Amino acid sequence: MEDRKGGVYMELIVDSKIFKDAIIVYLRGELDQHTANTVRNAIEKEWSKKLATYIILNMEQLTFMDSSGLGVILGRYKQVTNDGGKLVICCVNRQVEKIIELSGLKNIINFYNTETEALNAIGGE
Amino acid sequence: MEQQNKMILSFSNISGNESFARATVAAFAAKLDPTLEELEDIKTAVSEAVTNAIIHGYQEQQGMVHVEATLTEQGIEIIVRDQGRGIDDVDLVREATYTSRPDLERSGMGFTIMEHLMDEIEIISAVGKGTQIKMYKKINNIVPVN
Repeated sequence: MEDRKGGVYMELIVDSKIFKDAIIVYLRGELDQHTANTVRNAIEKEWSKKLATYIILNMEQLTFMDSSGLGVILGRYKQVTNDGGKLVICCVNRQVEKIIELSGLKNIINFYNTETEALNAIGGE
Repeated sequence: MEQQNKMILSFSNISGNESFARATVAAFAAKLDPTLEELEDIKTAVSEAVTNAIIHGYQEQQGMVHVEATLTEQGIEIIVRDQGRGIDDVDLVREATYTSRPDLERSGMGFTIMEHLMDEIEIISAVGKGTQIKMYKKINNIVPVN
């Protein structure tokens, strides 16, 4: 998938890779009500392949998120947990961090500053 | 008396317009020379209000969402209006984690986020007529506008 080049902004792009027992999902762009389905479908598709126990959401290039994004993340967290897996998040920027702090999501989901820290944390379990 | 600087934007209740609405209001607010964080707060609050209008105000019906922004001496006032179904119980929707659409994957945090990021928020709603959300954000170290 390529970034839209002529547009004013990039909407949302999801990429993923498998590393050891984790699916690392990279979110790039803006996560709102409009792009929530893209994230939901992409993560569900990767998770349903049953290739890993963990999901790491890397949000380093997520430049915007609102409460619709919280909804879709919480939904994936519940799904992964129900299936016996674990979802963690790394690398959030200031705007996203603020929304996450306000929502109390940090009481439920583990957050890490870097992808390496997230990988080390799940590797140590 | 000096003329007030104001913008009015009306657009279809299509979810793809959320990013357009928040980016437009943020571009207008940028005239006040806010910090990046203040600008992000404005973008987020507009996104929440516009999303509410689209998915709760109109649900599956077609309609228009109206956004007005006015630059004041101390900050920006933003009004988001729809002519949708309205809210029965305004106090209830302001409660954290309440959602009228448990069928959708919603966090119910929209109003809580708006209240935290903006300095003032007022909701006026009439069932069957629509909803208006009026918000105000003070901008520190403002520069003269116009």
